[in-house]
Formats: sequence, C-alpha cells, structure tokens
Amino acid sequence: MKTYFRELSVLVTLAILLVILAIFAPHFYEWQPLLSRLTAQVPALILALGVGIVMISRQIDISVGSQFGLCAVLAGTVAANGYGLPTALAAAVSAGTLMGALNGWLIAGMKLPSIVVTLATMVTWAEVLRLFQQGKFVNLPAGIQWFGLSQLGGQIFLISFGCVTVVVGAHFLKTRSLGRYIYAVGSDAEAARLSGIHSGWVTFSVFILMGVLAGLAAVLNLVQSPQVDPKCGVGLELRAIAAGVVGGIAVNGGRGTLWGVFVGLLLLSTINPALTFLHVEAYWEKAIQGLVILLAVVADGFRVRHHSR
Amino acid sequence: MPPLLLRLSDIKKSFGAVKALKGVSFELRPGEVHALLGENGAGKSTLIKVITGAHIPDSGTLEISGGIVSHLTPTRSQELGISCIYQQPALFSDLSVSENIGLRLEKNGPFGKVNWKQRHKTAVALLQRIGANIRPETHVSELSMPEQQLVEIACALGSGAKIVIMDEPTASLTRSEQELLFGVVRDLRTSGAGVIYISHRLEEIFALADRVTVLRDGESVCTRSVRSAAGKNELSEDELIRLMVGRDVASIYPPRESARGEVILELQNISCAAGRIRDINLSVRAGEVLGLAGLVGAGRTELARVLFGITPADSGSIHLDGRELVVRNPRQAVCLGIAYVPEDRRRHGVILPMPITENISMAVHSKLFPAQWLNFQRERDLGKRFVHALGIKASSPDALGGSLSGGNQQKVSLARWLATEPRLLILDEPTQGVDVGAKSEIHRIIRDLAAKGLAVIMISSDLPEILGMSDRIAVMREGRIAEILDGASASAQSVMSAALRSA
Repeated sequence: MKTYFRELSVLVTLAILLVILAIFAPHFYEWQPLLSRLTAQVPALILALGVGIVMISRQIDISVGSQFGLCAVLAGTVAANGYGLPTALAAAVSAGTLMGALNGWLIAGMKLPSIVVTLATMVTWAEVLRLFQQGKFVNLPAGIQWFGLSQLGGQIFLISFGCVTVVVGAHFLKTRSLGRYIYAVGSDAEAARLSGIHSGWVTFSVFILMGVLAGLAAVLNLVQSPQVDPKCGVGLELRAIAAGVVGGIAVNGGRGTLWGVFVGLLLLSTINPALTFLHVEAYWEKAIQGLVILLAVVADGFRVRHHSR
Repeated sequence: MPPLLLRLSDIKKSFGAVKALKGVSFELRPGEVHALLGENGAGKSTLIKVITGAHIPDSGTLEISGGIVSHLTPTRSQELGISCIYQQPALFSDLSVSENIGLRLEKNGPFGKVNWKQRHKTAVALLQRIGANIRPETHVSELSMPEQQLVEIACALGSGAKIVIMDEPTASLTRSEQELLFGVVRDLRTSGAGVIYISHRLEEIFALADRVTVLRDGESVCTRSVRSAAGKNELSEDELIRLMVGRDVASIYPPRESARGEVILELQNISCAAGRIRDINLSVRAGEVLGLAGLVGAGRTELARVLFGITPADSGSIHLDGRELVVRNPRQAVCLGIAYVPEDRRRHGVILPMPITENISMAVHSKLFPAQWLNFQRERDLGKRFVHALGIKASSPDALGGSLSGGNQQKVSLARWLATEPRLLILDEPTQGVDVGAKSEIHRIIRDLAAKGLAVIMISSDLPEILGMSDRIAVMREGRIAEILDGASASAQSVMSAALRSA
C-alpha cells in the first residue's frame, strides 16, 4: 500500500474531520443539504480529474475555468433556443475539444510553455465571453434542470456520474498504454521519446481530453440551476489544481493518481462547510484552505528531499 | 615531514539500514595526487561528501591540516580550503564565465560593489593558467560540457584550495582537454596542494597518481604507492582490478567468437547538417560488433541519432536488410528493429520514478498489449525474464529505476531495447561510469547478443573497451569516418592516430 500512502493520508485527515463533525456538529449530516453540497462539487471534480492528468504529464492548464464558462454559456444558449440537452452537450463538448486542441497544438506542436499558453487562452476566452454575453445570465427552458428528473433523481445521477468517472479515469490511467505513456512523458519526456513514444501526441491528447472534460463539466453544472451564470468558471482552475496538489499529484509530473484528486477535492470542499458548522468565523476559511495546500506542498518537499539524498 | 593535509580514520556512515561506509581510513599529503578507486557503490561518493561536509559521519575522526574537525559543514570545508569538482559542472548557465568565477570567488556580501575590471582580470588570469581557450565574456550555456568543466577547475584554482577533489573529471573530456587537465593537476601538486582523484580509467591513475587507495564495500582495502622511489610502476592494472573486485577477473573482455552473417545495415553518403556529419559510408553485419571510436564531438553520437531518426539525415541512403528506407523519428526506428541505448542514462535512459518492469516494457507496448490494454502478468513476466537474463540486481522487479546503481540502470536501459527484439543495436557509451564488475557483465551480454545474430554498433570513449570488444573499429573525426580498422589487429596507437591526425 506504500504507493497509495498520500491518498490514504488525505483520506485519514478527511475521516478525522468527519468524526469531529459527527461529534460536535451532527447537523452537518442532514442528508438533503449534504446531498446538495456533494452535487455542487461534481463539475469541479470532473475538471480536477482533467487538470490532474494534465499535471501528471508535466503540464498545467489554467484556462480550464474560462473553458468551463464559455462551454456553459454556449450550452445554455443552445438549450435556451430549444435544441434540447443532447445538442447542448454536443455543443459544449465540441467547443471544449476545440479549445483543448488549440492549447495542445500550441504546447505540443509549437513547444511553448503551458503556463504561458494557457494564461493567454484563459484571458482570451474570458474576454470573448464577456464581449458576447456582457454579464447577462442565460435563462434555461423548463425540462433542462435535473435532466427533467426530480431534484433527488438528478442529484443521485450527478453524484453517481462523478464517482463512475473517477473509477473509469483511474482505471484508464493504470491499465491502458496511453495512461502509462502519460506518466512516462511526465517523468522524462526525452526518455519517453527515445523509447519510441510520440511525446507530442501524448501531450496533445491530454489537452484534448481536458477540453472534453471542461465541456462535460459545464453541462453537469448547467443542469443544477435554472440559469447559467457567465462567471461560473471563475476561480475553478485554482480549485482544480489545489485538489490535485493536496491529493499528491506532483507539480513536476510523473506522479499521482486520480484517487488522490478525488480525496483531495473531497477534503478541500469539506473544510468550508465544516468551519461553518463548527461556528468558526468565516474569515478563516480561505486561510485554512491555503494552509492545507501548503501542508501538501511541504509534504512533497520532504519526500523529494528524502529521495534525492 | 610537513603535516598531513587530510586524515580520516575509521569513518563510519549509515543511511538507515544501509552501511555506506564501514570504517574508512584515508590520508592526503601535501603535493600528492591520491587516487580513490572502487566499484560503484563502494562508498566513494559518500566519502567525498564526508570530506566536503555534506554528510556528517556517524563515527571516526576527521583531521584537516593537523587539527581535528567535528561538525564539518559545506561552508566550513570551503573555508578550510577544500574544493570539489563534480562530474556535472554546477555553473549558472545564463551568466558569463567571468561572472561565474566572480560569484564563486569574490566575498563582498550581498550589497558589496562589483569590481568588473578586477573580475575580468581574475577570470582571464585563471583561464590562462589552466591553458583553456575560453573567452571570459562567453555565456556558460554556449560552452561545451568539457569547457564548463575547465571553468569549474579554474574556480577551484582561484579559490586557492589546498585540497582539490576531482570526481571523474575526464569522463567527457577529449584527449587534448585531458592533457590540459593533467597539466593542471601536476601544477597543483607542485604548488603543494593535495589532489584526490577519482576515475574509472586505470591508465589515468597510472599516469597521474602517486598513491592509490582502493575502496570495496564501504571499507578501505589498501593504500599503495603507484611508483617506487626509482620511478618504476609498482602496481599492475590486473592487480588493481583484483583489489577492487576482490576476485580475479580472468579475462577482462570476452573472446570474439561470433561468425559474421549478412549485411544488416548499409549507409551510403549519409550527411546531416544539424548533426555536423558528412559522407558516412559504413556497413554492419549480423553477429558483428562495430566499435565507433573518436574524440568527443567527432560526430559519433550524432551518427547514432541520425540512424535512430532523432535528427534525420539530409542526404544519402540507409539500407536495412537490403531495403532502402528513411528513418524519420524514433517511433519508426523502433518498428524497423533499430534500438538505441542513449549515452546519458540518468537523464534519457531509465525513467527514474518508474518500476523496473514498467521501464523494460516501455518500448514494446504495441507488441505486448496489441489492444492497448495492459496485461500486468505479461509485463511482469517480461520484466522478470530480463532481470534474470541480464543479472539486474534489485530488491524486486518492482523496485524503482532511481533506486538502482549505475550499472544496473544501464542493464535496465539495455533490457528495454532487447525486449523490442531489434536487428540493429546501437550502444552509446554503454559502460560509462559503471563499475568494473558490471562492466565485464555488460561486455559479456553484448558479445552474447552479437552471437545471436544482432548487429551491434558500440560508441565508446574507453579505448581499451573499443579494442577489446570490436570486430571492426570505425574511427570518426570531424564528422567523417576517418578510418576503419580490424578489431583484432588494431592498437591504441592506430586508433588514436586515426582520430587525431588532421586531414
């Protein structure tokens, strides 16, 4: 189990937090609000999985929040014009794919650094969205929210979908050649290339996947409310990166699992409500989140120092 | 008799359960070149780190210039005049040579004023003193690896070090640069400094060292004078090797016995401007080991990179098994049955955070897992087979690549390529930085592979290795094939003169 040490330690931290809540704030476990809180995290989870894979391949994508917002508004507009949810989903995923392809082409093809490329695309997509939408919400027609199911049905579907995606994604990385290649390229791109792996294609496909997931996440967000907020993606990229870092994804690539992203996001998203329920002043929320991320990075630092000796 | 510069007695150091040093004694006299010899993992690097203050020993005493020093730190050891030149130069690549030298030598605090004229003058003087033809205003990133090493040496000289440690300084140097370096070492000796010299090349030790200490398994086995008072060699290479491995190495190189088969690879007028190689004509047969000799920068690695499709050729033709083909990228090369074990195995050979089995299966995914689904059992079987066949020493086939010694990493890198069942195997410096025991094992493996009908191209800067292993030797010079010699009758002189003679 040594290989899952980080994932398990995050899980243990989470368990401790949950026990504390069970003792001091049993209201935390009232199932309806709990279900709502979990459902609200599903889009962030889907994004975080994508960002996790990007980070394993030793790249970064900070444009995911903007991609998410653009896809959400696009899907919302398509749905608002009466084309139905499947068409809206197709539009969002296509848009995500195109945006991912642009990132991928600039990074893998032109060999530009991903932090700069995705910073540029992040600003570009955000501005494009602002120009076209001018901050207006998109009102969705009836029958879109909760896929036309009951609220409970929709929530259960979304949560199950999130969990299945984690399992499928983790399984994919572990059991498919492309998954292995992503780790190899993230560890040492030149060694991978000399082994006959097409590093460029691996990186490109990682960004395409990221775009697809951004589109998907946008739709999973859209079905949760009667309106689409054009600012819904702001800040999500940081949340996704933080989940990966806390869950043990190495910022310099090659290490980490999607299970780690999953537990990392669970921990981060439990802290906020936990503080509320424990009557800690709201000012502390961000500080404590920052502290958890810092702890994760420090833990990595120790691990690296230990190994390089 | 002047006091010893350095005396270590009964130094012990453990890392967890691993005993890296189990009682090492060592001394360095003023004006002495003292060679430190031992297989990889014998404890040489740990010992050096004790001397430079990077590691604090568990027990034992450390005397510097006659005084006992406890709790040596890297800063303190520099103040005491200890300077270490590592294999990999640690310079700032975006700064100029003189800035690097200045940063190393000037001590005027974070807000001190930089005297640019003085800095330039110091740099010029130091570079001149070691005879390096480097302009002080050049950026380090524009220098070759050997040139960077010379800058390191200039820094060590400039710091007025009394004890200079050189860790395999010639690994990447050309012959003439080696001569430069040897001059510097002799200079240091005359000036009364002591040099601790680490090298895997025995002939250098005979050329330079006054005494040699052999380490084996964390213990100092013995210290011997290299020459007697009359200037005669007191030690033989065989004896040194025996001391290092603790057993007789019957014959260092396996016999050439493989029968040569058909021509596997034929190159006609291959040129590549990016790799600076021109008009290469060469053929390799099945069962043959073709040694590729020449100075560093003569185009040997560049030729390998052309054959493997990393920098494709501009003109000329490549025939593999009689068919003309163009190699555009490494992926295609792998499919064609070409394998390339690169030079810098720590960087591009073994993927350090990956287990041995995953490293070995890396290049054969499409063969092993046709549907792209990994089959862990099949992968493990493959890994185990090669761990066994090549004698890779590891705690388990799942041990991480980074946990292995240099020789074993090289074997993993080799195993990855053998798994592809290649027709043509290109080895780039297969035994660089590998200890004597693993070296002869790798030689035996190469010979076995040739006997099985592989065509092998072996690039090596180790002259005895080229002479001992090659059926034929192609000597490169300035991007061309200068001469092709018969392996059995070639001598060190004939290879070197082909590599050096101006056209």
